[in-house]
Amino acid sequence: MSIDLKTIKHISKLSRISVDEKKAEKLAGDLNSIFDFIEKLNELKTDNVGPLTSVAETTLKLRPDEVKSKNIREQIIKNSPQDNEDYFVVPKVIE
Amino acid sequence: MSDITKQSLTELVENIKNKKLSSTDVTKAFIERAEQSKELNTYITEDFTSALDKAKKFDQKPNLDLKLPGIPMAVKDLFCTKDVKTTAGSKILNNFVPTYESTVTENIWKEGAILLGKLNCDEFAMGSSNETSFFGNVQNPIDKDLVPGGSSGGSASAVAGQLTPITIGTDTGGSIRQPASFTGTVGLKPTYGSCSRYGIVAFASSLDQAGPMAQNVKDCALLQEVISTYDSKDSTSIDFKRNQYSKELTNNIKGKKIGIPKEYRVDGMPKEIEDLWQKGIQYIKDCGAQTIDISLPHTSYALPTYYIVAPAEASSNLARYDGVKYGFRAEGENLIDMYEKTRSEGFGAEVQRRIMIGTYVLSSGYYDAYYLKAQKVRKLIKNDFDEAYKKVDAILTPSTPSSAFKIGEKTNDPVSMYLNDIFTVPVNLAGLPGISIPAGHDSKGYPLGLQIIGKAFDEQNILNIAFALEEKINFKNKITDWWIK
Repeated sequence: MSIDLKTIKHISKLSRISVDEKKAEKLAGDLNSIFDFIEKLNELKTDNVGPLTSVAETTLKLRPDEVKSKNIREQIIKNSPQDNEDYFVVPKVIE
Repeated sequence: MSDITKQSLTELVENIKNKKLSSTDVTKAFIERAEQSKELNTYITEDFTSALDKAKKFDQKPNLDLKLPGIPMAVKDLFCTKDVKTTAGSKILNNFVPTYESTVTENIWKEGAILLGKLNCDEFAMGSSNETSFFGNVQNPIDKDLVPGGSSGGSASAVAGQLTPITIGTDTGGSIRQPASFTGTVGLKPTYGSCSRYGIVAFASSLDQAGPMAQNVKDCALLQEVISTYDSKDSTSIDFKRNQYSKELTNNIKGKKIGIPKEYRVDGMPKEIEDLWQKGIQYIKDCGAQTIDISLPHTSYALPTYYIVAPAEASSNLARYDGVKYGFRAEGENLIDMYEKTRSEGFGAEVQRRIMIGTYVLSSGYYDAYYLKAQKVRKLIKNDFDEAYKKVDAILTPSTPSSAFKIGEKTNDPVSMYLNDIFTVPVNLAGLPGISIPAGHDSKGYPLGLQIIGKAFDEQNILNIAFALEEKINFKNKITDWWIK
C-alpha cells in the first residue's frame, strides 16, 4: 500500500491542518513506513471475532438530569482567544 | 535536617507527622534543588511562591491525620490545575489556564499535598522520549544527553533527580512504565477505570490512565491509595472495592503463580534484558512463588493495533483545538483558513502525524480495513490475557526492550521510536494494571526495569509482588548530580 501526495492533501483537509509541499512529502514518507508496519494485522483472520469497544464490561450509570454548573459563562469564555463578553468571536462566516 | 530531598515519601510523611520536619522545610528544600536543576528542563511551569505560602499555612495549623500532610509535589502537565497554566507540552495550550481541577489532583490536595509546579511531557503525551514537547527535551538524571523516556519524561526525571518526592503521570501505551524503567524509578499504570480521567487532557480515551511514579513500591502504593476513587464525572470510572494499598502491602507472595510469556522474548532483544528477566524469575522463586511458562500469542500484533486505535481516538479528541474556545489562534482569511493555520502552527510534527493517521483510518472507505480490524485484534489480545489468567495470578516481563537512549537517536524514525513500547502497549489495550520496578543496570550503568502485569482491579497483588522483588533486588539508583554546577 502506498499513500500518495494526493491522499495526504485529502487527509490534511479532513484534519483541518494545512500542509505545504515539503511537509506533505515528509508526511507521505512517515505515514507509508507506519502503515507498512500496521499492515501486519492482515496476517490475522478476524472474520469471526467481535470488535472490542470497551475493556470495562460495565454499563453506564444513570443519574438525574439536573443542572449542576450554573452561571459559569465567564469561566467558559475566559480562555478564548477572542470574545465579546457573551460570545466567542470567529472570522466572518456570512457575507 | 540535611538531605531532605533524598528522603522517600514515606520518610517525609513520618518526619512531618513526628514534627521533625515542617512542610515549609520540605517545600523549601525541593524548591532549592529545583533551582539548581534547571538544566534537566523538568518544569514547564513553576508554582514555587504559591507552594511556599501553602506550606506556611499548613504549618500554622497542621492536619497530621492526612495521608500526604504538607508534602510538596510536582505533577505532569497533562492534569488540569485550577488557575495554574496547563499546556500538555503543546504550543496550542501555551496560554491555557484551567478554571477547574482534575479529580486525581483534587484527591491529592485533599490529602494535604501542595502543588510545586507542572512537569514537562511529550506533546499531548505522544512520544516515548519527551522529545516532542514544545518546551524542549528533558535530561535524564542518570546521564547527560540521555532521554528520560516518555511521555511522562519530566515526571520520571523529577522523581529520579529528587526534585519532587513523588509524582503522577499518565500512561496510554507505556508513558509511566517506560520512563520509570529509563530512570530507575517505580511506575504504576492502574486498571482502566481505577483513576478518574476527569480533567486530564485527553489523548486516547479508551487507553489513558493516570498513575503514581515513585522512588519505591511503598510510596507508589500510598499515592495509588489517594488517587484511585470512583468519580461520576468520568463515565468510564469504575465503582469497585479499592484496597488500602499501602496498609495492605506485604512481601509475602508464597504460592503465587507468575506467568512468563514466551512471546516477550523478541528478536534482537539485548542479552542484558534476557539476563535481567531470568534474574527476576529466580527472585520470584526465591520468594516462594512459582513461575509458569505461558503464551500470549497475539503479542506481536499489539503495537500495530495500538497505532490504529490510539491515533484514531486522538484525531477525534484533538478536534477540539480549533482556535475558538481556548488556546492558541493563528489569523486566517476566513474561518476554515483560521482552523487550518491554527492547527498547523499550534501542533508539533508528531501530533500532526498522529492526527493524520487517525483521520485516515477513520475516513470513509478505510474504516473497516483499519479501525474495525484493529478493534477485532484488540479483542484477541484481551482474550490472550483472559486465557493466561485462568492459570496464573500475574505476569512478569521486561519493561522495555532496551535501556535509555541518547537524545536525537530515534527522532527521525517514528517506527523505531514506537518499538520502545512493545512490552507495555498490550497492557493498555487489555485495560490491565502494570507496574515497572527498577531491577538492574546494563553495561553502560543505565537502569533496566521489570514489569509485573496483573488481573483487572488486582493492583494490590502486583504491588505486593513488586514489593517482594524490590527487597530481593535491592536496587540502588546511581544519581551523580552531574547537572549541578
